[in-house]
Order: sequence, then structure tokens, then C-alpha cells
Amino acid sequence: MSSETKQILTTDGIPLEVSLKKAEKKNKIKAFLLVAPLLLFLVITYIFPIGDMFMRSVDDRMVTNMLPKTFKAMEKWENLEELPPEEVYRGFYEDYKVLVEKQEHGKLGQRLNKEKNGFNTITKRLFRQIKRNKIDESISIKDQINKIHKRWRNIEFWLAIKRTAPPYTMAKYLKGMDMYVASDGSIAQVDEDRRIHRILWLRTLEIAFFVTLFSFFMGYPIAHLLATLPMKYSNLLMICVLLPFWTSLLVRTASWMILLQQQGVVNDFFVMIGLVGDDNRPEMMYNKVGTYVAMTQILLPFMVLPLYSVMKTISPSLMRAGKSLGGTPFVAFWKVYFPLTIPGIGAGCLLVFILAIGYYITPALVGGASGTLISNQIAFHMKTTLDWSFASAMGLMLLTGVLVIYWIYNKLVGVDNIKLG
Amino acid sequence: MALPSYTETRYRIWHYIYLTICTFVFFFLIAPLFVIFPLSFNAEEFLVFSEGMKNLDPDAFSLRWYKDMIYGTKNPWGLAAKNSFIIAIFATIGSIILGTLAALGLSSRHMPYKGLIMATLISPMIVPLIISGVAIFFFMAKAGLAATHTGIVLAHIILGTPFVVITVTATLSGFDHSVTRAAASLGSNPVNTFMKITLPLILPGVISGGLFAFVTSFDEVVVVLFLAGLENTTIPIQMWTGLREQLSPTILAVATCLILLSTLILISAELLRRRSERLRGINR
Repeated sequence: MSSETKQILTTDGIPLEVSLKKAEKKNKIKAFLLVAPLLLFLVITYIFPIGDMFMRSVDDRMVTNMLPKTFKAMEKWENLEELPPEEVYRGFYEDYKVLVEKQEHGKLGQRLNKEKNGFNTITKRLFRQIKRNKIDESISIKDQINKIHKRWRNIEFWLAIKRTAPPYTMAKYLKGMDMYVASDGSIAQVDEDRRIHRILWLRTLEIAFFVTLFSFFMGYPIAHLLATLPMKYSNLLMICVLLPFWTSLLVRTASWMILLQQQGVVNDFFVMIGLVGDDNRPEMMYNKVGTYVAMTQILLPFMVLPLYSVMKTISPSLMRAGKSLGGTPFVAFWKVYFPLTIPGIGAGCLLVFILAIGYYITPALVGGASGTLISNQIAFHMKTTLDWSFASAMGLMLLTGVLVIYWIYNKLVGVDNIKLG
Repeated sequence: MALPSYTETRYRIWHYIYLTICTFVFFFLIAPLFVIFPLSFNAEEFLVFSEGMKNLDPDAFSLRWYKDMIYGTKNPWGLAAKNSFIIAIFATIGSIILGTLAALGLSSRHMPYKGLIMATLISPMIVPLIISGVAIFFFMAKAGLAATHTGIVLAHIILGTPFVVITVTATLSGFDHSVTRAAASLGSNPVNTFMKITLPLILPGVISGGLFAFVTSFDEVVVVLFLAGLENTTIPIQMWTGLREQLSPTILAVATCLILLSTLILISAELLRRRSERLRGINR
């Protein structure tokens, strides 16, 4: 057809193409308006606050705002091998005096003490001198401060103040990986016996991995049974999966606490069959065993349900065909059935892994000290130490990991293919 | 599932091993729930089966922990239950309204950036609860909504909407859009069409999403732990405190009630699922 064909017009004389585009745009806006309320709500109450977490985790403006004159003067401090010039001392003295008036000098001392041990002592000395009006502003402040304590003559302490100048810091993230910025600005590892966070990350990964593995090996057979049994039996057995699924997490954790305690049913049973002595009952709670057992049972339905929904769609005649073509039941299963269930395996495993990696309640109750996960550490810093910026940093590190898995999940299965129940 | 008579012995053995494994797994899944029932009727204060209970002595059983749950002064279970229901009901209503609207928009083929928006809307379900808890706490603290019912309801709407979005989108995937066009051609306005045609057809999906939202809110503890003050205590918070401090049998009485509630929810969810499958023409 030639390109000079007359344009098709609608009844109002507008070209059809334009009219269609207009209608299309109108429909787009209509669809978007339906989504808009929820999207707006989530962005304000959820997405922005996660951004806020990021701001808090890198925010280090406290000292920046407390010592404006010091940092201004420090721009002129060029030779970092020598003590800073008089202006820096004077700037620091003036800033500190303001803080004393506002009674915020204690916060500064604590913050600087984190940067360099021993700071709190010497800022307190300076505070006393200021309180007693011992400092004469008409002569060199540098000499007077240097006389207060020998550490004021140590260049390391002035370098520590300088390091706190930037308003943003990665220190919390480094701390989450058991690293810190050394006095020369390089990144160093903390002492071997104080590397608690790395242990927690590894343990979180380990527990999430094994819980996923256990759930897979337990979930696959029963999903297969549920998918192949006649409806009237499978519906009944499905209750065994769905009832725990709908039951409160705390109820299920409570039942495991009762079962696993030293005088509990599981230990009673072990004693009865003579596996362990009555006076030698093993500790099964408040350690990793408890975490594994309880988490596997709690997350198992999330493995079974996606597997089941995939297996339900596989026709039984495929297995029969495989067998009739000469395959043994094992070969037929391995070459025909198993590959067809891989989408379900992917969905189930990723779902369980994502849920396990962020688990909080169950490890906190049955985990004890050796079964706690990174989430428990985040909660600890939110509620007990009140180091919210550190909690935010660790939360975001965990979130990054989860989002990577979520992205893989989305590529493999697609979020809109999630099936519930 | 009987085996054909010609099955070789070794496959027969494998088959029985497989059935045994399945039995064990089903037992592992369901049995822990049943240990709670008898212990909640324990006459003693310990959370172990007493000798009397093992011998089925009627004196070893009592309703004292149920009485304690209802009349006890130490545990504010009454307040907790009231709060839990109020919060869950409002959170469910909010989730249903926002979630259904969004699902309707997402199912339209004109929706731009569908994948990205879907991923954003589902994200509260995927992000670990502890992170959601921290983020929502920061927001509520800034907005002055910490330790208020409103704050907790809003937080639970955030957590509940993904379920509604998923179930309603799934129901809409089998929805025949020509019926709404038919309604429009017969002179119905969009609101009327939605109320009279679309809503009745997608209702099973809406209700089952609502059930998920209800259970999510009713069972949620991580976020509430950050948000709740003494006035806003909920059943999960009371259980959490109880399990951490003194593991009293009253908790088991509450747990038994919760299991009964979840059985009810399970039954309604199953009935809905079957109805919706029938409506979508999935026959099995």
C-alpha cells in the first residue's frame, strides 16, 4: 500500500491515529490514578523512611555543627606533621566555650573519645579551666591549652578532630563489617577477639542456607505427595500445611519452647527410647539446634505451597510416558519430573531464604546467644544502645542483600507469579 | 496411591520409604500445635506434662488458666485483645481499599511501568520486617504517631496491602473485561459498573486478600514492638513479653484460642479459594 493513502478520520474529523493516542493516554492516566493512592502512601510512609535510614546511617554532622570555627581554621593547617597553628586552637577554644554555655560539651567529649581514646579526659580538663576562667584570651591560646594536658600537644588528637570534619561518614558501615578508619586514614580490621559482627553475618547466612536446605528436602516429598494423591486425601493432608501457615508465629514458637525444653516432650521421648540418660538431657533450646528446628517448621509451608502449585500442573502422563519409553522410575523422575519442578524449587527456596535471612522473633526466643541473627543485633541497637545510625547501617546492609535476592527471584519467577495459599 | 502389581521389590521399598518420610514431615508440621491443647488445661503451674496428666487423672486438668486469661489482673489480655481486633479491623479495611484500587489499575493493560510499580507495591512483603520496623518507626516518630493506634494501623496497612494486591491481581487475571464493556454500553457509569459487576466477581479475591491482611496485622509483633506504648499493647506483644519473661500457662490458654481462630480463618480461606477457582473456571 502506498504511503499516500488518505488518512482515516473519525466522525469529528480528527485523524484516527491522533484520536486513538488520546484515548490511550486517557486510559493510562486512569490506570495510574487507581494505583496512585497506594503508591503515594507507600512512598511517604515507607520508601522515604528507608531513605531516611540511609541519611541517618551516614550522617556525621554533629561535630561538624559543634565546631564550625575550628574546622574553618583547620583549612589553613597545611603541615600535618606539626601541631595546628594558633587560629585552630583559638577556634576550638571559642567553639568549646559555646558548647559549655549550651551544656553540650559532654556530648562532644564522648564523640571524640570514640574517634580517639583518651579524649574525654582532656576535654574535661579544658572544661574545668574554662569554668574557673583560667584562660586568658589576650595571649596565645595554643600555649595555654597545650599546658593543660600533654595529650593536647600530641598531634594525633588534633588529627582525630580533623577526621570528624566531613558531615558524612562510612564509619557505621565499616563497623558493621568489624572495620574502622585508623588514625592514618587507612581502613583497618578490629582485633580478632572483637569481630562480633562478621560472626553474626556468617551465622545468619549459614542458618538461612541450612533452613532453606532442610525445608527443601522435607517440602519436596510432601508437595509431591499432595500433588499426586486423589483430591479427597490431599485436601485433608493440605490442612497439615495450611493450619501452621495460618497460625500465629508466636504460638508456633511457644509450642517449640515447650517441646524442646529440658523437661520437654522431645527430651522425654529421647529418655524413653533410651537415647539419652534421664540425668543427661541435652540442651536443645537457647542454641542453634532450637533455631534450626523451629525455623524449619515455621518456614516449611512457604516451601511446600509454591512447589505444590507447580507440581499440580505437571501431567502424570509425562512420568508414565518416560517409564513406557524404557526409563526406570528413578530415571523418569530425574529426567522428566524433576526438571519440570525447577520453577517451583526456585520460588520456594528464594522465598524461604529471604524470610529466613531477616528472621527476628523465633531466634530471639529460642536462639539464646549462639542462635541469634543479624536482625536481633539490629533490634538490640534500636532499643538498648539507642545507636540508631548503626542499626540503620546494618539494616541497609541486610536490605541490600535481600534486594539482590529479590531481583534474582523477580528475574526467575516474576513477583506477579507469587501464589498464596 | 496404590502401586501397580508389577512393581519390582526395590521400588516398592523406595515407595514405602517415601511414604514414611512424608508421614514424618506431616507429623513435624502439625504435631507441635497439638502439644499446646492439653497443657493449657494443666492444673499445675509448670509447662510440662505432670504425672497426673499422663495417667489422665481428671484432677490434673482444670480451666484455671482460662479463668486467669479472662479475669486475671496481672495480664492485660482483655485490653490486648481489644486493641488487636480494633487495629486489625481498621488495617484490613485500609489495606482492602488501597490494595484493590491499585490492583485494578495494575491489571489494566494501559498501566505504564507495571513491573517497577508492582515491585514497589509488593516490597513491604519482601523487605525483612525488622528493617520495615525501623523505617516505619522513624516515620511515625517524625509524624508524631508513635505509640498511637493510628500509627500502628497505618503501619499494618503498609504490611497488609501487598497481600491484597497479589490476590486481587490474581483474581483479575481471569476476569473477562468484556462484561464491564457490556455494562458501559448499556449505559452504566464506571462507579456503578464497579459496584454491580466487577466487585461481586472479584469479591473472593478481595476477601481472601483481606484475610491475609487481617492475619498479618493480628499476628504482627516486630513493627508493633517499635511503635507501641503501654496503651497500645496487642496480643502478640503480650505473648512476646510473656514468652521472654515468665512462661506461664496462661499464654497457652491464649495460644489455644489463637489456634481456634486460625482454624476458622483457614476454613474461610479454603472455601473462598474454591469458590474463586470455580468462578475462574478452573476445574480439577
